[in-house]
Amino acid sequence: MICIIFAMPAAAKSFNAESFTLDNGLQVVLIPNHRAPVASHMLWYKFGGADEQDGKSGVAHFFEHLMFKGTPKVPDGLFSKTVKKLGGNDNAFTSHDYTAYYQNIPKAHLERMMEMESDRMKNLILTEKEIISERQVIVEERQQRIDNRPQAKFREQLMAALHGQHPYGTPVIGWMDEIKSLTEKDALENYKKWYAPNNAILIIGGDITSAELKPLAEKYYGPLKPSKILPRNRGSVIQLKEDKRLTLKDPRIGMPVLIKMYHAPRGSHALEILSEIFGSAPTSRLYKRLVVEKKIAISANTSYDPVSLNGTTFSIYVSPAPGTSIEALEKVLEAEIKELLDKGIAKEELKTAQDKKIAAQTYALDSLQGPAMIFGQALSSGFDIDYIEKWDQRIASLTVQDIKQAAKNIFEDKHAVTGILLPKKAEKK
Amino acid sequence: MKHFILSLIVLFSFIHPTFAADKVLDIQKLQTPSGIEIWLVEDHNIPVISMSFSFEGGLALDPKDKLGVGRLVSILLDEGADTLKSQEFQSLLNDNAIHMSFSAGRDAFYGSIKTLTTNKDLAFDLLKKALNAPRFDPDAIERMRQANISKIKNDLGNPSWLVARTFNGVLFEGHPYAQPGYGHLDSMSKITQEDLLSFVKAQFRTEGLKISIAGDITKEDALKLIEHSFSTLPKKATVTTQKKAQLKQLGKTILLPLKTPQTYIAVGEEGIERDDKDWHAAVIMNYILGGSGFDARLMKEIREKRGLTYGVYSQLSTLKDATLLQVSLSTSNDKTAEALNLIRQEWKKMADKGPTEIEIKDAKSYLTGSLLLSLTSTDDISGTLNSLQRDKLDIDYINQRNAFLNAVTIEDVKRVAKRLLKTENLTTILVGTPTNIKPDITLEHPPGMNLEKKK
Repeated sequence: MICIIFAMPAAAKSFNAESFTLDNGLQVVLIPNHRAPVASHMLWYKFGGADEQDGKSGVAHFFEHLMFKGTPKVPDGLFSKTVKKLGGNDNAFTSHDYTAYYQNIPKAHLERMMEMESDRMKNLILTEKEIISERQVIVEERQQRIDNRPQAKFREQLMAALHGQHPYGTPVIGWMDEIKSLTEKDALENYKKWYAPNNAILIIGGDITSAELKPLAEKYYGPLKPSKILPRNRGSVIQLKEDKRLTLKDPRIGMPVLIKMYHAPRGSHALEILSEIFGSAPTSRLYKRLVVEKKIAISANTSYDPVSLNGTTFSIYVSPAPGTSIEALEKVLEAEIKELLDKGIAKEELKTAQDKKIAAQTYALDSLQGPAMIFGQALSSGFDIDYIEKWDQRIASLTVQDIKQAAKNIFEDKHAVTGILLPKKAEKK
Repeated sequence: MKHFILSLIVLFSFIHPTFAADKVLDIQKLQTPSGIEIWLVEDHNIPVISMSFSFEGGLALDPKDKLGVGRLVSILLDEGADTLKSQEFQSLLNDNAIHMSFSAGRDAFYGSIKTLTTNKDLAFDLLKKALNAPRFDPDAIERMRQANISKIKNDLGNPSWLVARTFNGVLFEGHPYAQPGYGHLDSMSKITQEDLLSFVKAQFRTEGLKISIAGDITKEDALKLIEHSFSTLPKKATVTTQKKAQLKQLGKTILLPLKTPQTYIAVGEEGIERDDKDWHAAVIMNYILGGSGFDARLMKEIREKRGLTYGVYSQLSTLKDATLLQVSLSTSNDKTAEALNLIRQEWKKMADKGPTEIEIKDAKSYLTGSLLLSLTSTDDISGTLNSLQRDKLDIDYINQRNAFLNAVTIEDVKRVAKRLLKTENLTTILVGTPTNIKPDITLEHPPGMNLEKKK
C-alpha cells in the first residue's frame, strides 16, 4: 500500500524526517526521537478557517471542538478520557490553513491513538444537545479570547482592513453573530467535504521506527476511503490600494501602541532574517535606536511568520515613551525603514542573525512535539519536507543583498495598515 | 483551540539518558568545593544545557515603600554587569544564543539559563557577572522602570490579571504575599540604584540556594562552572520575620467591577502542606474535582453539560507560609451565579460522598502514566528538579512518586476531601459585571495598587 519512500542523505537533513504515502493518499511523516519511550501523534487536515463558506465563519474551529464528542466505537467524550487513562495528553487547534489533533503518549499506547484518531476521521456522531452546548462553549471562548480584551478586538479589525475580502481577514474563531448561527448541518457538510485521508497528514515524532510505523499506519489509516477534495480556492491575497489607519481609544488600554502591518510573501527566509535584525531582540535595530539611544519608545518589535498557504504579514509594534507622541514616533520609524531600504544591512548583522536562527534549530531538537509541529504547519500550508530539512542551509546562504531586496519588496512604495491604540480616561460614575 | 493554545507553543520533549524501568530520572547529587549543592541529570544526546536556580527570599525582601524592587532587579540583571554595558551584555547573550532569565517570586528569586554546549563557559561567566556585579546604570534603570510601568498600566485593564491581583490582595491581606510583585505606579517611581543594590546584597546568598542542571554537561564541568558563577556570593541567608499567612475574608464574595462581557472568577480556600501525609490523596482528589481538565467533575458540569465556560480548573498550591486550593474560570456575566452554584455543589458533593473507585483508578492511571511526558525538555527537567529541591523532597522522590500515588486508597481521598473542602470557607473573587450576585464587599480598585484618590 505504500507508494513512495523518500530516502535522503542523513547528513544534509536537520530532523531526519522520513515520509511515505498510503494508497488512499494519506501522507505520513516520521521524525524519529529515541531518547525516551514516548511519542507525539498528530493528524493535520488541510482545512482551516480560510476554507469556510461566506457567512459560516468559525465552522472549522467549531467542528474541531465537535470531534471530541463521540463515535459508535468511542462514544460520549470517551476519546480524551481514554487518552488520559493511558497517561497521555490530547488537544487540537485550528488556524486559517489547517486543523490539527494530537496526543502525546507513552509509546506503548501509540497504536491505540492511531486506532481512535482514524476512527473519528469518518465515524463521528453528533446530537442536537451536544451541538447547542458546544456552540455555547465557543461563544464563551470568543468572549474570553477576544471580546474581553480591546487589544484583541482591535487586532481583528486590523486583519480585516489588511486582507479585505480575502478569508485571512476573517478571524479563525468566527464573528460572534455567525458563530451563534452555526448548525449541525454546517458542521457535517465540512466534515464530509474535508475530512479524508487524502486531505490529511499524519505526523509522528518520537520513539518509533518507520518499519514499526508503516504496518500500523496501514492497519488503521489504510482502510479509510479517499474523497474527491476540491482545490482550496481562496484567491491570492489582495494587495492594499491605499494606506489605512485605524484608531482605538479604550479605558482598558494602559499604554499607547503603534502597529504597522504590511503584506509579505510566504516562505521568505530573507524576511525571517530581516525580522530578526530589525526587531526581535534587545540588540535589534529598532530597540537599539528607538528605545536605547533616542529614548522615544518603551518597546519595539517586529514579527514575520513565513508559514501560511497564501500570503502572510510583516508587522511592527512600537510603544512610545511618555512625552513622545505616536506621530513623532511614527516619523522616526519611517526614517528607520528608509535607512534600511537605502543602505541595507551590515554583514555582521546578517551573520549574527543567521547564527541565532541556526541555534534555534538545535534547541528545537531538544523536544518531542516541537519538530512534529514544525512539519505539520509547513506541510499543511503547502510547503514540502525539504523546506524544513534544508531550512538552515538556505538561511546560511543568504546575502546582504537578499535581505535588502526582501525589505524593498515589502516596504518600498507599499501601503500599510496602521493601527493606533490609545488609553482613554475612564468615565466618572 | 479546544484548550488553551499556549500549551501548544510549549515545545514538548523528553530527555532520558539512562532509562531504566524502575527509574524515571537518574539524578546525581553534587557539592561544589564552597558547599553549593547541585542536582544533575546528564544527557549527551543533544548539545543543549539548561540550569535552574533559586535563592531564598523573594517578595518579603521588597521594602514596604519600594514594592517591585525585586521585579526591577530581575529585569535589570541582563542589562549590564562588570565592565559590560547593557548593549554589550545583551549582544553576548544574543550573538551566542544564550537564554538567561530571572524572576522575583513570593518565596524565592528564580533564575535560569539555557545554552548550547559550545557556549557554556561564556554563559556561566555572564551569569557570574550578572549575580556578582550588576551595573544598574542609570539609563538602564530608567528604561526598565518605564517598561515595568507600562506593564503595570496594561495589567490594570486585563481581567485575568485583575482577578489574580484581587485574590492575592484580599486573601493574604497583612502578609507580604498580598503585595503586588511588580510593584505599583507610586513605588516604581521611587526606586533608586541604592535600593536595587541593597536588594541584590540581601538576596543573592548561597545558604538555601537550590541549583539543578540538565543536559549535555559532565559532572566535572557542572561543578566547575557552577562554582565559578556562585561561589563568590555571600553565604549566610538574610533572615526575614515572615509569619504564616492567615487567609482573610473566608466565605465572603468580593467584587471588583469591570465592564467586560464575562466575569472572571477565582474561588479559594486553604489547601494542604506539601509534607502532609495526605498530600498524594489530595493530589488525586484535586485531579478528579478540577485538576484534570476534560476528565474533571467541574469541567463536565460547567463546560461539557452546560456550555458555561471555555475552561475551568482547580489547583493546589503550596507556599512557604500558606497553602491554597483554588478554582478559576471566566463566564458570561449573566451566568456567573449559575457557575458559582455548580462549583459549590461539586465541592459539597466531593466532601460528602468522595470520589468513586473508578475515578481514583483513572486518576492514578493518568498521574503515574504521564510523568514521563511532564519532563519534556532539558529546561523542563531542570525546572522540575528545582521545585522538588524547593519542596525539600528527597533526591529519589521522583522515582518513588508513582508508588506514593498508587498507595492512596479511596478512604484516604474521602478523608482528605472532607478535611479540605469546606464550602462555607470558600472566598469568591469576581471581576466583571456579574448579574444576580450580591457581593459582601465591592472594591473600587484592585487591592495593593495605591490607586485610591489622595485627598
